[in-house]
Amino acid sequence: MATYSTSEFKGGLKIMLDGDPCSIIENEFVKPGKGQAFNRVKIRNLKTGRVIERTFKSGESIEAADVMEVQLQYLYNDGEFWYFMDPDSFEQHSADAKAVSESEKWLKDQDICTITLWNGTPLSVEAPNFVTLTIVETDPGLKGDTSGGGGKPATLETGAVVRVPLFVQNGEAIKVDTRTGQYVSRVKD
Amino acid sequence: MEVDTPACSIAAVTDPAIESLKTAYTGPGAPTGRQLYLHTSPEFGMKRLLASGVGPIYQICKVFREGEAGRLHNPEFTLLEWYQPGYDHHRLMDEMEALIQAVLSEPCPVRRLSYGQLFEDILGFNPYPAGSEELRRVAVDQGIAGASALALPDRDAWLDLLMSHCIEPRLGSGMCFVYDYPASQASLARIRQGEPPVAERFELYLDGIELANGFHELGDHAEQRRRFQADLECRQERGQVNPPVDSRLLDALEAGLPDSSGVALGIDRLLMCITGAAHISEVLAFPFDRA
Repeated sequence: MATYSTSEFKGGLKIMLDGDPCSIIENEFVKPGKGQAFNRVKIRNLKTGRVIERTFKSGESIEAADVMEVQLQYLYNDGEFWYFMDPDSFEQHSADAKAVSESEKWLKDQDICTITLWNGTPLSVEAPNFVTLTIVETDPGLKGDTSGGGGKPATLETGAVVRVPLFVQNGEAIKVDTRTGQYVSRVKD
Repeated sequence: MEVDTPACSIAAVTDPAIESLKTAYTGPGAPTGRQLYLHTSPEFGMKRLLASGVGPIYQICKVFREGEAGRLHNPEFTLLEWYQPGYDHHRLMDEMEALIQAVLSEPCPVRRLSYGQLFEDILGFNPYPAGSEELRRVAVDQGIAGASALALPDRDAWLDLLMSHCIEPRLGSGMCFVYDYPASQASLARIRQGEPPVAERFELYLDGIELANGFHELGDHAEQRRRFQADLECRQERGQVNPPVDSRLLDALEAGLPDSSGVALGIDRLLMCITGAAHISEVLAFPFDRA
């Protein structure tokens, strides 16, 4: 079992805490001049996303979490799992709804996503920051409107709904920022 | 009088909570090599001078601590340490207060209270008789995350936990002198008999940051030897390496240390308070990770 001593603590380090994989956000070394040293740590639980605090005695060892981030290509969804493939080894991974979570509405086949694996199983799925998706349904635009002011809802091929400028039409491809869910631009072939 | 004492010595501090950095010398005077310890404060050397009868002395020097790096810690830092023969720790607090007021741009509020009073005021209990399990309960009640699972070596470590997590953040702005520490935290201070016996030791906090530690100095060489021995036994129990004890200090105490008080003030942290720096690296030209 791999372990880390408190001296190795830093932002981004993945440790096991109460049975869950966690990522250290912030580590503060606390020590009275003539007394016991502590590490006061802010930690994100990678399963629940919750941020908690924890104090360790300096010098303690903590179990390491086998967590890594990989770039995988999205293949398809069979109604229960979302399937991803390593483009180099062709190894496939299946992620459940909990791991895919909010990213689901941005997943388009062949896009490269960032997957966090814990003991080889997807823990979370992050869509690319920008995706190009085709509009499958939106109201007809008004003639002459080029400003984009106001806007209208548009349903995309993945089911996501974003606000787009009035001049954008059905069947057009658009670029969306998945972090904010906002329209960026039209995409011409 | 300004003095200068060696940063490297064949002996080192025995305090189980303080580790010395080590180095070695080989050459004339030590042809087969000699293990040396970088001082963690100039205390032992300065007390040897005091015992020789030099009178009041001060020194600003770099000191070194193994295993201490963080927002308020750099492994190498600067201390102003001084000793006043004929002073007790309260008179030295007066002097310290005047010094700090002189370097701050605006007068700052000052409080002085005993360690016991501080715990009573902020946490509502008497720390002197409290045992480890009671202290753990307080830590859990205070919401220190992970307190229920912490394995701390003794009650002083639990008191340190409460001090650093619950009390320091609530000290507020200004100077706060804390004095009369539990006898078990006497370090090199005299213990005043009473109910309970307390150490004539003080610490200065400025804006909640520990800035200085002072003692009404222990002059009894036999008592000092016993404390060194107790430190070594404690270190052994915890699996820590034992450094050589400073026998020259013990000889000096035996020859006679004048009744005096001494204090060490962290200059880097004082600069942090004055400039509003959030991290000690902001007041160092080249902090540890770029040294």
